[in-house]
Amino acid sequence: MKEIGKLILVLTLICLAAAAALSQIERITRDPIAQALREEKLRAIRKVLPEYDNEPDKESVSIIIGKDESGNDIEKEYYIAKKGDDVVGVAFEGSSSEGYGGEIVVMIGVDPEDTVNGIEIIKHAETPGLGSKITESVFLSIFKGRNLENTNWAVKKDGGDIDQITGATISPRAVVYAVDEELKRFSEKRDEILEKAKKMSGEVSDPAGG
Amino acid sequence: MSNLKEFTKGLWDEHPIFKLVLGMCPTLAVTTAAINGIGMGLATTFVLVSSNLVISILRGVIPPKVRIPSFIVVIASFVTIVDLVMNGYFHDLHKTLGLFIPLIVVNCIILGRAEAFASKNGLFVSLLDGLGMGIGFTLGLFLLGAIREVFGNGTILGVTLFGEGFYPLIVMILPPGAFITLGILLGLMNKIEEVRGRA
Repeated sequence: MKEIGKLILVLTLICLAAAAALSQIERITRDPIAQALREEKLRAIRKVLPEYDNEPDKESVSIIIGKDESGNDIEKEYYIAKKGDDVVGVAFEGSSSEGYGGEIVVMIGVDPEDTVNGIEIIKHAETPGLGSKITESVFLSIFKGRNLENTNWAVKKDGGDIDQITGATISPRAVVYAVDEELKRFSEKRDEILEKAKKMSGEVSDPAGG
Repeated sequence: MSNLKEFTKGLWDEHPIFKLVLGMCPTLAVTTAAINGIGMGLATTFVLVSSNLVISILRGVIPPKVRIPSFIVVIASFVTIVDLVMNGYFHDLHKTLGLFIPLIVVNCIILGRAEAFASKNGLFVSLLDGLGMGIGFTLGLFLLGAIREVFGNGTILGVTLFGEGFYPLIVMILPPGAFITLGILLGLMNKIEEVRGRA
């Protein structure tokens, strides 16, 4: 009986000490971690958008894009880039689970004509040296200047306009799918997004399109 | 064993990777580039030294029957600290090493040294043991990572080495390349020891 008591006591004390130490460290690192994540997102946003002078990750518009299995609204962030009072671009994330190694997440930046200004791969698990080439500018630059009207959104192998990577078709295909899906969603929600963007900055005047 | 020997044994005679053959999972998985090897090695060294110290301090207090759970809690705590600190201050490296940082907990080197050494020895020698093993591990990871990076990517620590015509051996940065390189290094190590034994 006494032996069990000692076992329990020692383990409990060790765990208490661990919990105390960890909660302290967590508190100290909470802000640096949040800051690092914010900077990561900001870097992607900066790369895909045309020049702006505001802070898009702080000036974002939240749009309901659907419902999940429990019937709750799914919200999506659209990051608004401005020069002065004019909206010069919108950035948003897209994703596909059809990557060779799993999920691929892209950041897409469009200009006021709904044309892609740039894309950036934020997250992927593609094969190094093959599918991972989707992160290279040779591939990413293919997307600039394309929109829903001027491009057949599929890889060339599937009869589309986008060059795939030699020896790795699945990765580019997933990226193309993600961008295509998000461009379509953006053109559907565009007016709602720009409306909200104007309300956010207090502007009242309206030119349609923006 | 003299104190110096306690430190240097981890660098060659009882090298964790090439002699004890421990910690194979991170060794193979994160050595796709030299810097990843260094990062993982340093993170592991911090955990190894810290947990060796704590476990050595508590060695008179922890009853043998609960020693493994106790060791694991101590080790896991230090790994969590490393994970949080890397996420906050070395975010890019944290992203690259990803899942393998939490997996440091089950790196056999750490539990192995805790069980075989720190729980039975004094504070200072446990520190030396942890440092020696950790630095040996880091150097081993750096070597493996450097070889794989040079042949598989044409770079070393991110610096491009070869000209346009160089076609990298992609297999080197994929899992088979890890096994092949490790096997060759192990064989080389054994050969060197054989020659030394004769000399």
